Amino acid sequence: MTRDHGHHDMGGQPAGPVDQAEHLYALWEKRVDALLVLLSDKKRRIIGVDELRRGIESLPADAYERMSYYERWIASITANLVEKGVLDQDEIDARVAGLRVRDEARP
Amino acid sequence: MSDRHHGHDHDHAAIEHAEASAGYYELLGSAVRELLIEKGVITAEEERRTIEAMDKRGPHLGARVVARAWSDPAFKKRLIADGTAAVEELGIEMAPTKLKVVENTPEVHNLIVCTLCSCYPRMLLGLPPDWYKSRAYRSRSVREPRSVLAEFGTDILDKVEVRVHDSTADLRYLVVPLRPEGTDGMSEAKLADLVTRDSMIGVALARPAHAPT
Amino acid sequence: MSPRFVVGDRVRVREAWPPGHLRTPAYIRGKRGIVCQHVGDFGNPETLAYGGDGQPRQPLYRVHFPQASVWPDYRGSAADSLEVEIYQHWLDPDQHWLYPEKGAT
Repeated sequence: MTRDHGHHDMGGQPAGPVDQAEHLYALWEKRVDALLVLLSDKKRRIIGVDELRRGIESLPADAYERMSYYERWIASITANLVEKGVLDQDEIDARVAGLRVRDEARP
Repeated sequence: MSDRHHGHDHDHAAIEHAEASAGYYELLGSAVRELLIEKGVITAEEERRTIEAMDKRGPHLGARVVARAWSDPAFKKRLIADGTAAVEELGIEMAPTKLKVVENTPEVHNLIVCTLCSCYPRMLLGLPPDWYKSRAYRSRSVREPRSVLAEFGTDILDKVEVRVHDSTADLRYLVVPLRPEGTDGMSEAKLADLVTRDSMIGVALARPAHAPT
Repeated sequence: MSPRFVVGDRVRVREAWPPGHLRTPAYIRGKRGIVCQHVGDFGNPETLAYGGDGQPRQPLYRVHFPQASVWPDYRGSAADSLEVEIYQHWLDPDQHWLYPEKGAT
């Protein structure tokens, strides 16, 4: 018997061939990884790896599939930080908007 | 601006943004990082050192462990009995996870997967390859391991047990591949050259002794 | 918490479908296997995931399953197996095992 379970819980599901192409990690991805290492370390203990996973598992199925690995991570880290009151959703949005303007202004 | 609940609605907002621009999450990462630095939660220096440490880790670390195990039967015994303690002898720190080392033999071929996410022995192998984290690998390895192995060019005899380890909890796994023929008396350094990342995950065998590298 | 199982015990994974963050894969629920290692005690991820302290620590086991008993249509070798880390609260003694099988490993 199988019942509804998380979309991430995919052991045994049918799937196509394994795409063996590899990509070099971009700096932004390494920074997201480092962020989790720091946020979960003994000095801070702000987000644990179980909370990170839970955040990723909460993503809707279509988003989970569409997002890349570290996109899922930063979405989960952000949701956790907001949930815990470390950052405010509005200040994040404002900063993203500001960064986008800077990014688009670049030649 | 509409009221927003924390968490759930943010996920939707984030996902809507993603439709508009592929770079949204990269910008989000920058925004969160900058804000945390400004608030003194993390420092740029700590981030730099963390990335530097991450960049130093790679399969060469795991290969050293395997080469030592092939060369030193007493070390191999300690490695199998308590992987965490054994790799600490080589200066590798596994905490807070624990290391489980599984050895390929003529009777058993081991394959590692994390079906639920992508748990991987990063302290020994560095960051995992994309395919290890993919839907196809995570879903098929537990159900049709031989078919997955065949895609990697690895064919295991029927009489050999293919044993798949699903890394669901606090252990991280390293496979000690079979020592290739014709390597008696080889130095540990030369042996380490034969140990590939893929052989330590279990999708491949170690390199043969006289193949071009 | 003292461990309930020892190596060699025949166990069955609970067929439960609670909400929340779980580390017992769906495909292994309800399956029968043999305990091959008592790994130690670890914080419970199900509560750690929600900011809890994960206490009391749960005994964690590695459990060995013949592939043929996990997948009805398994097409590999009869020798093939799966080993999965499972927390104690997901395991029950296998009530249907009454007699040792000849040549059981």
